[in-house]
Amino acid sequence: MTIVYLDNGATTKVDPRVAEAALHAMVSAYGNPSSAHKLGAEAARLVERARQQVAQAIGALPAEIVFTSGGTEANALALHGATTRLKHVVTTAFEHPSVADTLKAMAQAPIEVAKVTPSPAGLIAPEAFARAVTPDTSLATILWVQNEIGAVQPVDAIARAIKDKAPRCHVHVDGVQAVGKIAVDVSDAPFDSLSLSAHKIHGPKGVGALWLKKTAKLRPMVHGGGQERGLRPGTEGVPGIVALGLAVELAVAALPEAGPRMTAQRDRLWERIRELVPRAVRHGEPQTTAPHILSVGFAGVPAEPLLHALEAEEVLVSAGSACHAKDKKPSATLRAIGVPDDRGTIRLSLSRFTGDDEIERAAVAVAKCVEQLA
Amino acid sequence: MSGTQEIVLVRWGEIFLKGQNRSWFERQLVDNARRAVAGIAGARIERTHGRLIAWPGEGGARRLARALERVFGISSVSPALVVPRELDAITQAALERARMEIGTRQPTFKVETRRADKRWQPASPEVSRLVGGAVHEQLGLPVDVHEPELTIGIEIGLENAFIYAGATPGPGGLPVGVSGRVELMLSGGIDSPVAGWLMMKRGCQLGATYFHSFPYTGEKTQDKVQRLAQLLAAWQLGDVRLAVVPFTDAQKKLRDADADGRLAVVLYRRMMVRVAERIARAAGAKALATGEALAQVASQTLENMAVIDAAATAMPILRPCLAHDKQETVAIARRIGTYETSIEPYDDCCSLFTPEHPETRARLGDVAAIEARLDVAALADDCVARVSTVICRP
Repeated sequence: MTIVYLDNGATTKVDPRVAEAALHAMVSAYGNPSSAHKLGAEAARLVERARQQVAQAIGALPAEIVFTSGGTEANALALHGATTRLKHVVTTAFEHPSVADTLKAMAQAPIEVAKVTPSPAGLIAPEAFARAVTPDTSLATILWVQNEIGAVQPVDAIARAIKDKAPRCHVHVDGVQAVGKIAVDVSDAPFDSLSLSAHKIHGPKGVGALWLKKTAKLRPMVHGGGQERGLRPGTEGVPGIVALGLAVELAVAALPEAGPRMTAQRDRLWERIRELVPRAVRHGEPQTTAPHILSVGFAGVPAEPLLHALEAEEVLVSAGSACHAKDKKPSATLRAIGVPDDRGTIRLSLSRFTGDDEIERAAVAVAKCVEQLA
Repeated sequence: MSGTQEIVLVRWGEIFLKGQNRSWFERQLVDNARRAVAGIAGARIERTHGRLIAWPGEGGARRLARALERVFGISSVSPALVVPRELDAITQAALERARMEIGTRQPTFKVETRRADKRWQPASPEVSRLVGGAVHEQLGLPVDVHEPELTIGIEIGLENAFIYAGATPGPGGLPVGVSGRVELMLSGGIDSPVAGWLMMKRGCQLGATYFHSFPYTGEKTQDKVQRLAQLLAAWQLGDVRLAVVPFTDAQKKLRDADADGRLAVVLYRRMMVRVAERIARAAGAKALATGEALAQVASQTLENMAVIDAAATAMPILRPCLAHDKQETVAIARRIGTYETSIEPYDDCCSLFTPEHPETRARLGDVAAIEARLDVAALADDCVARVSTVICRP
């Protein structure tokens, strides 16, 4: 029996076209982009082409794209590097650990971090966010698509509300679960930076990018040979960068067709689960949830055994969020939206390659496994 | 360093006390030492004057010493310079060794000499005096025979002399293999790998049994247990056979038979003992070993242990961590390299289906009454029939 892979929020299968492009950069165009000879020139062209692909896909200028080792580094670069003389930071209560833990490490006097609580639907109200902002707020950060429940935050409205109160505040958006899943256009964005990652959109692990608005300033975290305009020095990871460029291009090009299809599949999956398991509870509102994420809880059913039982049915999902599924603590996100600790929750996450047969098999397997464990 | 060859001098301790078994124990020690250095190209172990001499191959003496520090039975090792049995050569080597040790410091020192060949002259104290005089004169180090900061050792062997500075302790104990086989009940926790290591230290050869409760524990928990078994195999200097027992069905049947759940832990452990004893018997093991410590968790009481022991028909259950405080076990786990793996957060089956307030004074009669509702022997046989075996290499 083939695997039903519904853990695309954790990572995705690499598109063979993307793998091929990376392979070409490894075995043929293997020059160092800094080398003066023609192999170096070829590698540099590949990097610049990838920069254009990313920029074009999200409505940015190529000069606004900085390649990084992934979403975590892109977030860290923005949070550490975008402001000097930091005093007051505002964020949400359900950020990804790459943001939440970075801010925790930064939150030492005189830096104060305020956290805005989401509604039970998993949404941050712009007014609520703005209330936490003071004239001293010089950094605000918010994730666009919440990774555990898929809630799409109104980041434009939030950013505008922040700027009204603190015009010089740097507003960062964690776009790792957004790019390639929902429409992302930064050409007229009221925020200042956006992170993205290749492996969530059928690219390889270990590469991502930070979009940084032309007017924003950034201090590098590491120093070296001046690559990436000195903002992220170190010999460019050409194969990964090439793969990221193509992965973003393909994902964004497919979105007009794949977005509605994933949304329909996601809602079908929920309908079938609800039919088969009356006790199932869906987290978040369908209209404000990204197409690829369905978070479902079952009262009295332990989440991790449910994950393993589904695994025995060849259906792969996450319990809570896979990035930190090893922690036995209940998810901070689920708590923030008021989910009781004894409601075992799984995240079923789709991709543009998910088939309708997988949806049906997953629903049947969920029903069977919940029955076993209840 | 000049061209003087460096070897590793290996000492052993307790084996001497074992009377008639001595030569057998020593042979086992030599075999194990050879296994420990087998991965180092060109390394060679030679038995001589109550010591082992390890001749380094390509890795050098330090690497060889590190490998031998993991061989049970070895009390200490010293990288040593080898020279002909001539006073001049010995003195030069002592100076060389001292220079390597002191760097820019001026520590107090003494010289200690031991002759395996008493016919060789001058006598030991005279050698120490002569060599010590030269070191004092040429390097300016002050002598302190009572509490020296640096001790230069000289051993006069049957063919060569060996000069070293200090010794690194080995693990001590007895060579693995001299005390027979033990079946370790291995979980992913901190205690059971330490229990296995302590039994190996007393010369036991280990097999290990792990109880897997899918879907309550996942593949990663089993992987973790396999890595722990591999770490133990590195100390055993040979494969550890890991028996993976699918335990969920038996656990569920026991849970269903025990209405209020208070005896669940004791019932599970008695079933584990039955299964492990069957596996042990088939492997030729003479005892079971577990990581239990007295009163570490609420269910680890003498009363409960007595009831658990009664499930074994013809084998003692050894609990080498029984009297340890948790920190003592943790300290050993850190030293032997299992701690970092043990603390990776994956559940083992003990944390499942366990009641909040387990029975602390189980009575055999109550437990037997619950078990009488089931065919426990058949349940144990069924577990054994479904065992999968993993060979864990060092």
